[in-house]
Amino acid sequence: MAHSKWPVLILFLPPALLLFTVLVILPMGEAAWYSFYNWNGYGSPTQWIGWRNYQLIFRNGAFTQSIINNGLIVLISVLVQIPLALWLATMISSRIKGALFFRLIFFLPYVLADVAAGMIWRFVYDGDFGLVAGIWHFFGAEPPFWLADKDVAMYAILGVIVWKYFGFHMMLFIAGLQAIDKSVLEAADIDGATGFQKFRLVTLPLLGSTVRLSVFFGVVGSLQLFDMIMPLTGGGPSNSTQTMVTFLYNFGVTRMQVGFGSAVGVVLFVICVTLAFTYKRVFMRND
Amino acid sequence: MLTITNKGIRLLSAATVGAAAFCASVATASADVTIRWMYVEAVPATIAVWTKIGKDFEASHPGVKVEMQFLENQAFKAKLPTLLQSKDAPSIFYTWGGGVLKAQADTGSLRPINAGLDADGGKWRKSINASAIDGLTFDGKTYASPFKSGLVSFYYNKELFKKANVDASKIATWDDFLAAVKTLKGAGVTPIAGGGRDKWPLHFYWSYLAMREAGKQGFADAKAGKNDGFAGKPFVKAGELMADLGKLEPFQNGYLGATWPDALAAFGDGRAAIILGFENTLATQASNSTSRKGLSEDNIGRFAFPVVKGAPGLATDSFGGLNGWAVTKNAPPETDEFLRYMAGIDVQKLLAKETQIMPVAIGASEAVSIPLLKDVAETLAKESWHQNFLDQDLGPNVGAIVNDMSVEIVSGGTKPAAAAQQIEDAYSLERK
Repeated sequence: MAHSKWPVLILFLPPALLLFTVLVILPMGEAAWYSFYNWNGYGSPTQWIGWRNYQLIFRNGAFTQSIINNGLIVLISVLVQIPLALWLATMISSRIKGALFFRLIFFLPYVLADVAAGMIWRFVYDGDFGLVAGIWHFFGAEPPFWLADKDVAMYAILGVIVWKYFGFHMMLFIAGLQAIDKSVLEAADIDGATGFQKFRLVTLPLLGSTVRLSVFFGVVGSLQLFDMIMPLTGGGPSNSTQTMVTFLYNFGVTRMQVGFGSAVGVVLFVICVTLAFTYKRVFMRND
Repeated sequence: MLTITNKGIRLLSAATVGAAAFCASVATASADVTIRWMYVEAVPATIAVWTKIGKDFEASHPGVKVEMQFLENQAFKAKLPTLLQSKDAPSIFYTWGGGVLKAQADTGSLRPINAGLDADGGKWRKSINASAIDGLTFDGKTYASPFKSGLVSFYYNKELFKKANVDASKIATWDDFLAAVKTLKGAGVTPIAGGGRDKWPLHFYWSYLAMREAGKQGFADAKAGKNDGFAGKPFVKAGELMADLGKLEPFQNGYLGATWPDALAAFGDGRAAIILGFENTLATQASNSTSRKGLSEDNIGRFAFPVVKGAPGLATDSFGGLNGWAVTKNAPPETDEFLRYMAGIDVQKLLAKETQIMPVAIGASEAVSIPLLKDVAETLAKESWHQNFLDQDLGPNVGAIVNDMSVEIVSGGTKPAAAAQQIEDAYSLERK
């Protein structure tokens, strides 16, 4: 058998390896190289500044804020979004009337493009003509401008994130619930377990791998969050809603600080790789 | 199995003849000169005007082809750095001048146009406003041919001013302006429409105040790093004056989340009395207003950004865009002829009339017919100094910091001295 492996390798490996090298490894290496230069993208990088870009990143208040925000998104995802999704999933995975309809309704926000969702919610939150303004006006109150208030804007965005992604997590849980052997639950019934006992002692432990996967997606999603923030706040006011990726875009790309932007990219890459591997190793070892 | 038949041979020879003919036609085409021109424009009517300009030039210059490419703003900016370093660099491209143009020039990818400007006893140079050429010149070398100019000034709602009993013609100093803001507020009118989310609409205030406080010389000195650069006294003072305005809470509710179109809508809807805007405010306030009609032309007045008492800046020192055409180093020699053609009085008048630009050719401003715009054109013709937008002039990075700091100062997030220091810190990296 061993000798027959080579033709396959020679035939199938080069295209994938070439693509991966050209599209992933090379740009990453290039970004790491640029990150040591003060370079605006014109000509070739010549001004070597060592670790200065990295020092600037960690001294930048907006970057610290973006890390806090990314953490906040993970936290909300674990504390609010996943429990909510799990609760809804347990309700509509059973064959109750209209379950399919609700599944569709709850999943709809996830289908929507992130940019579109961001724009829709920008109108909802608008203090002049938005839905929020309408409700406040109805009660005769002066409408708030949540997205313009640096103390509130991030919470408004967290609300949108929960709304947008809970359907996705719910679908994961529904799939997980359907994979649970019905006879286990029937056995619990015969043993006289209550509904809550069944959930806590049977369903939840059997859903463990789905929950861990769900949290993993939450973390990865938080690190990637960009296209919804841009139409909502663009990272403002006063950088209060920056995530790491919007920070990279606002401080690297739009300011033509290619060196600085590359350094942010490298930091983001290191954080992503560390988180992904640690999480997989620690929590998803047996999945 | 392949069998070559007679038919096959005939086909093959026909294809060869065809290919040869094709090659020949390519050869004749490449014997002509192609000027490749790149612009940022999306308005169909304006594109039509430019297409006509290109065709007219081709008609009067046989053998020269003008290839026009119109791009969207972000696409243009993203594409240009790579294009300039490639063989596909356009012959001519649109530029906002300032630090970006200088950075492009520094890489050696541009060709100065001084020789053309000074040919025939400086005929071309003499036909253009000196301040416009000056704005696109670095160390004596002019890297772009001026095309249009712009002016940021205050536009106000005459009705709301009347309601609050404020006389715009009496606003000459910053103190007068602050007093007017207070009076408007007292009368229950939202004084100013601001676009804090986009940030740059608020940098107009800081920039003008810095120009008034420092004056032309002071500004040049700051760029050169003299007198503590941008951390120097005039710039701290400019921040303090801006903070004074912020303390009056002059903007519409939620202005920190408002974009520039939102601000224009607030002004166009009559929800705010003043806006510090571009020369095209008359048109844009209408198109962004809720009714799409906006304020009527006779309800809008204009006044210059006030001076600061005791500071060297003049009321005729103007702040606004300055755009031109940059030429790349490998552009064909005929490119200069096309530049001269575009800068000529006829084309400039046509553009002023059809696309409402503020022309830079001397005498072309008479083609501007709308009174409010004519007033702007005449002001520009008499200006004593033209300062380009700071995000262009100081480069995108420092410009972005100026934008950030302007919002922070006016919203009370940062002290003026600290803001000035941050701008200086960033600019110190650009001085080499």
